[in-house]
Amino acid sequence: MNGTPAIELRKINKRFGPVHANRNIDLVVKKGSIHGIIGENGAGKSTLMSILYGFYHADDGDIVINGNKVSIPDSKSAISLGIGMVHQHFMLVDNFSVLENVILGAEGGARLAGGVDKARQELRRLEEEYELRVDPDAIVQDLPVGLQQRVEILKALFRGADILILDEPTGVLTPAEADHLFKILEVLRDEGKTVLLITHKLREIMAITDTVSVMRRGEMVATRETSQTSMSELAELMVGRSVLLRVEKEQAQPSDTVLAIENLTVTDSRGVQVVKDVSFEVRAGEIVGIAGVSGNGQSELLETLAGIRRATSGTLRIGGQVIDLADRIIDPAEMRQLSMGHVPEDRHRMGLVTSFPEYENAILGYHHDPEYSNGVFLDLAAIKKTAQTEIERYDIRPPNPLLKTANFSGGNQQKIVLAREIERDPQVLLVGQPTRGVDIGAIEFIHKRLIEMRDAAKGVLLVSVELDEIRGLSDRILVMFDGRIVGERGPDASEGELGLLMAGVEGEAS
Amino acid sequence: MNAGQLPRWVDFGLIPLLNLTAAFLVSGLVVLIIGENPIEVVQVLLWGALGFGEGVGFTLFYATNFIFTGLAVAVAFHAGLFNIGGEGQAYIGGLGVAFACLALDQVVPWWVTMPFAIVGAALAGAAWAFIPAWLQATRGSHIVITTIMFNFIAASLMVYLLVNVIGEAGSMQPETRTFEDGGRLPFLNDFIPFADFGTAPVNLSLVLGLIACFGVWLLIWRTRLGYEIRSFGANPTAAVYAGISPVRTIVVTMLISGGLAGMMAMNEIMGSQHRLLIEFVTGYGFVGIAVALMGRAHPIGIVLAAVLFGMLYQGGAELSFEIPTITRDMIVVIQGLVILFAGALEHMFRPALVQFFTMRRLNAAQTG
Repeated sequence: MNGTPAIELRKINKRFGPVHANRNIDLVVKKGSIHGIIGENGAGKSTLMSILYGFYHADDGDIVINGNKVSIPDSKSAISLGIGMVHQHFMLVDNFSVLENVILGAEGGARLAGGVDKARQELRRLEEEYELRVDPDAIVQDLPVGLQQRVEILKALFRGADILILDEPTGVLTPAEADHLFKILEVLRDEGKTVLLITHKLREIMAITDTVSVMRRGEMVATRETSQTSMSELAELMVGRSVLLRVEKEQAQPSDTVLAIENLTVTDSRGVQVVKDVSFEVRAGEIVGIAGVSGNGQSELLETLAGIRRATSGTLRIGGQVIDLADRIIDPAEMRQLSMGHVPEDRHRMGLVTSFPEYENAILGYHHDPEYSNGVFLDLAAIKKTAQTEIERYDIRPPNPLLKTANFSGGNQQKIVLAREIERDPQVLLVGQPTRGVDIGAIEFIHKRLIEMRDAAKGVLLVSVELDEIRGLSDRILVMFDGRIVGERGPDASEGELGLLMAGVEGEAS
Repeated sequence: MNAGQLPRWVDFGLIPLLNLTAAFLVSGLVVLIIGENPIEVVQVLLWGALGFGEGVGFTLFYATNFIFTGLAVAVAFHAGLFNIGGEGQAYIGGLGVAFACLALDQVVPWWVTMPFAIVGAALAGAAWAFIPAWLQATRGSHIVITTIMFNFIAASLMVYLLVNVIGEAGSMQPETRTFEDGGRLPFLNDFIPFADFGTAPVNLSLVLGLIACFGVWLLIWRTRLGYEIRSFGANPTAAVYAGISPVRTIVVTMLISGGLAGMMAMNEIMGSQHRLLIEFVTGYGFVGIAVALMGRAHPIGIVLAAVLFGMLYQGGAELSFEIPTITRDMIVVIQGLVILFAGALEHMFRPALVQFFTMRRLNAAQTG
């Protein structure tokens, strides 16, 4: 394919204080192609796209759109240049209809009626042309996530986008929904649109893109024809060294039950049942994985077991105790007493106080231990010693317990949390999204630690939305959908089978 | 690396200094506009605050008030709570001091009364903070609103009590009887040899205030409770995850905060006025917010900020006496500017400094 490229970036630089987020970035995106940009978290992908969409301004460098050198001071001018963006977190008004959302900001006059009719026609045309079917009068909050994303795409097309940027579009989708999205993207490409796909998932790059560019530490390290490259080459380019994509582990040796839940039901603050009559057990020496699209009750399940959220009913058996959750409120301190560790799903929101120096986070939740305090005063020397030991054992970098926790990278922050929870040697470890926002090198390390935990005859309950992670680590897989456990499979279950369960389609009788 | 990192000396030294300079420059302009010479005004102000023994004494006396109210605001800050109620808590604290003094002053010497008065002040102040704290912790009623309301309730309650209940019988003044020697703290003049603070009422409460500073430092950075308070303040969700009870943390923190504010009454009532009277707090509680902001919620910073505001109070009084065109209200304008620049516009110079130091670090990294 010849002709002027849709996008050409020349020597783009962007600094945030001492961080050089984009360093001399060159990028050429051919018209009518799907171009993937892959890189670890913090590689600078999102910064680059924000520059293209006018959220940030590049320190220097040129942006050339369809052969014309342009400047993009804000998102409005990006839209007028035909650039549309589908954000990772949807920018939709939940209680508006699809149509209202689509015309938001492009109403076409003070009186709505005229614009609405025109928009309705235009939507119909777009639907037919690109097979983007959505009921224009449906209320957005009633739509499943996959359709909400479609509304975002429609929004961009409605504004005349020729270049579509999608930022981590599959994070919230089931495998089936993701496949459907990819089909839409292919139609868009065939109709002459240019698609820029930002992701950190190698599989998606291989499945859908024509060309792929790899970013590492703010630099564009390579651009390849997708057909000419492989997952392992891309992984190596992303990390800068060769990595093990599969987890190596021995056969599990499960023994006694260390955690059992019976008929657990949890109601959230709006009065909606988010966990419905869930029962399962975790034995010593096994990893039980809970698969599911995010928002199907896994987070609430984990928080309830950790004592953070209150259950409406259910029984919990742990450490020789039977706790009737309808009668008794458990709290996180008590669960730690019962030898349960908890690596929360969101380390920034829950697992760490990022404004603290590292060593203070090394005892968060364990600050009552006599080892660290005599009841009134903290034993700073003992705390720092623990922090230092964990830093060495978990290769946390930079190895400085006095450094503010916010200044560690995502992977190292996760290691701080993991070290804290694993080093207390709990009988049961709850782990939520252990590798979310963590780079590939650290993922390998974290997976190894979890396997070690299992091999030391501890019970591990793993919640993750990354199906690869669940399949790679778990000895048994439970699938959650709409607050229920809808199936149990072995670790060798196929992705398609799990995907169907995750989407709420009853699998073959098991 | 965090883009917002600054060397400590910049964060705690240079930025407050720049803020102050800006405040004084603008004040200087205001002085110019009303036709006075700013240089002369500064001279009079500094001389009034520090130039002679009595001036220093008054500066320290006012600073003592600010130390207590500043600490009160700072402790609550660490738990992410904005205690605007220092004014009312200090006022009610006076009640605790007065009860101890009225009960004991005729029977025991001051050093026996003192611990009772301290406990009384702290308990009364804490009690006044308890209800807003409880409402915040259990009902989510915003503590800024409730503590402001409680300032008004405190004011009305004290008028009622002083007029109808504990006021001196047969007197038209809304105040209690004057305490005997057993209800008076010694002035620093009396027990520091060679000290000459003239008639300034600076008293033993200053020492108490400095002890309180050390106590707050210990509490916040060295105790388990302080760790819980800071965790809760910086990230309430993480605190719950760590098994720290929000209700308990909010209530305990506010009790400590209210107790510190209440202890301000030691200085005014037992140290200086020797009787409980209406409106003895006159804004010290509110200025405490500025003191805590300027002092970065750290005891050392609070002492420095308290002395600064003590200087402004005392130097300002001297100024309105020496230069009649500079009225009391002008002094309030200058104090207001300091609060504005040190408190509300605290981050005005920050971005530029961050950029400056980042560039310097980068250059150093490139050449080094």
